[in-house]
Amino acid sequence: MGAAFYFQNILGGLAYGSLLFLIASGFTLIFGLMRIINLAQTSFYLIGAYVGLSLIAKGVNFWLSGVVAGIATMLLGFALYSLFLHRYHADHLTSLLLTLGATLVFDDSVLAIWGGDPHSISAPPELAGSIHAGNLVFPSYWLALIFVSLAIAGMLFLFLQRTQLGMIIRAAVDDEEMTRGLGVDVNRSFYVVFAAGALLAGLGGLLGGPITAAYPGLDGELTPLAFAVVIVGGMGSLSGALIGSALIGLVNAFGKAMFPEFSYFTIFVPVALIMAIRPQGLFGRAQ
Amino acid sequence: MRRGLWLVLAAAALAIALIVPRAGVPVFYVSLLTQTWIFAIVAMSLDLLIGFTGLVSFMQAAFFGGGSYAVAIVATRYGVTNFFLLVAIGIAVGVLVAAVFGLVALRAEGVGFIIITIALNQILWGLAYQWVSVSGGDNGITGFSRPAVGPFDVSDNAGFYHLCLIVLIIVLLFLLALVRSPFGLVLRGVRETPRRMRALGYNVWLYRYLALLVSGGIAGLAGVLFAWYNQFVGPTNIALDQSTQLLIMVILGGIGTLFGQVLGAGIVVFLSNVLSSLTGRWQMVLGAIYFIIVMYAPDGLIGLGRRMLRRGQGKRVAPVPIDQKVPGMAGEET
Repeated sequence: MGAAFYFQNILGGLAYGSLLFLIASGFTLIFGLMRIINLAQTSFYLIGAYVGLSLIAKGVNFWLSGVVAGIATMLLGFALYSLFLHRYHADHLTSLLLTLGATLVFDDSVLAIWGGDPHSISAPPELAGSIHAGNLVFPSYWLALIFVSLAIAGMLFLFLQRTQLGMIIRAAVDDEEMTRGLGVDVNRSFYVVFAAGALLAGLGGLLGGPITAAYPGLDGELTPLAFAVVIVGGMGSLSGALIGSALIGLVNAFGKAMFPEFSYFTIFVPVALIMAIRPQGLFGRAQ
Repeated sequence: MRRGLWLVLAAAALAIALIVPRAGVPVFYVSLLTQTWIFAIVAMSLDLLIGFTGLVSFMQAAFFGGGSYAVAIVATRYGVTNFFLLVAIGIAVGVLVAAVFGLVALRAEGVGFIIITIALNQILWGLAYQWVSVSGGDNGITGFSRPAVGPFDVSDNAGFYHLCLIVLIIVLLFLLALVRSPFGLVLRGVRETPRRMRALGYNVWLYRYLALLVSGGIAGLAGVLFAWYNQFVGPTNIALDQSTQLLIMVILGGIGTLFGQVLGAGIVVFLSNVLSSLTGRWQMVLGAIYFIIVMYAPDGLIGLGRRMLRRGQGKRVAPVPIDQKVPGMAGEET
């Protein structure tokens, strides 16, 4: 276990964390704003991956496919929210159960359309190679994914801090009732955040595809990891999601490399401990 | 009068259920009914948490699968064949998993509790899936059979059917007595207004914890039966999907009814088996049914039936939304 081992796993872990962030950022904002646990978030990831790979198979450029996949899941998320979820604004459990029902329908649709075989997704040709540095070899796509995710995180922060809608969202996360009392139309931000969460997850599906591939059941595997991210980072905190994603990505990579029989264990035991010691997460505020 | 009618109905249903395997019903359906009884037991154990304590748990599959793995491992590694010992071990492991997970999960309340139980469920699933040297990994564990219950052989379908039915009835009676006992009344108080119960001097945490232990033990018992039913144990027994399906059974039947969970388990078991032989898309159908139930009959089929009866008498009653059935979930600090 030389330096190369550590470096390799750090990069791999951060790349994995990057795709987790694309799922978890929407997840945490949706929860922070609406108190909805959106179990369909990873279904959007999976649908995004499949839509993207179908487009690539038709010769569409990788990045463009990702954007289209994101738009497709955004529309799906918007439909899910405006048709069903918005009616149950104050009913958190009902909302959760509806997103659960949606995952059943989404997953089966994916199976019906794309079949049960796993599909690998190759990185865009300009990033398909590896970077060699001394005895260190890693796919250049890893770096690209980390960079893209950071850029998206930066845009999200700018949006939340600098735009009017972002301010409304932050205000509503802090105190929805008071924000409404000031005459602000909070409901509009619900639609925007839910759809944006679906967009990021769908985009993440294709961007993460070269790492996770796409197969039925992938969403079920990612959901607990996304949960781990928000438990560690604190529900509703975007910076928490960013740091949590990196941590969970790293623990996942090292766990798989060092304790292959217990890699799941190595992720969730620290998560359970954090939960036991600091239920609001490392960066969350006490309710 | 009405109580008498219900007793007669229950006795009739029981009599029919008892003679099913001898009445020329095809083996396929006897086997599905056996599965129904087993899932009804777990679904009821989950209803004790959701419907009577106000804890929406996604880790029920961990208790259930824990019981399954416990008997499979003990039977194959140590050659234990005593029925009562194996059942005791299964229940003990269910309680143990609940005792450990409960310590962590009960740090959170409301929606946070749901999230942490999902994560906890995954810990045990991960162990079952990855700790190949003990759990057999994806291949699971085979090579154990249904032990005799004292002098009774239950290795054939009919015998095993009766065993599961009898355990179901015992568990149902036990839970009915429990929720009507002073302990059960405190649980309902905890479900409705934890804060007031605290003010009255009840240790809310302890009551929730005890409910989890009881629920874990019952789920572990059902896990033992399920291991014998399949004579196979694999990670799918613990998977999150399993917890989800149990939750659907509870809601489908009607939260807080116990009887309803038998119905809910039956519908899910039969739908998934019958529909999957007709169409590959049974999961979509199940999802759609589930959507409709959550939106239009949140009190489940039992509640729907009750409302239909009332409607027959000229009274219109709106269903109680799920969130009002589990009021503790809404509160950040309740």
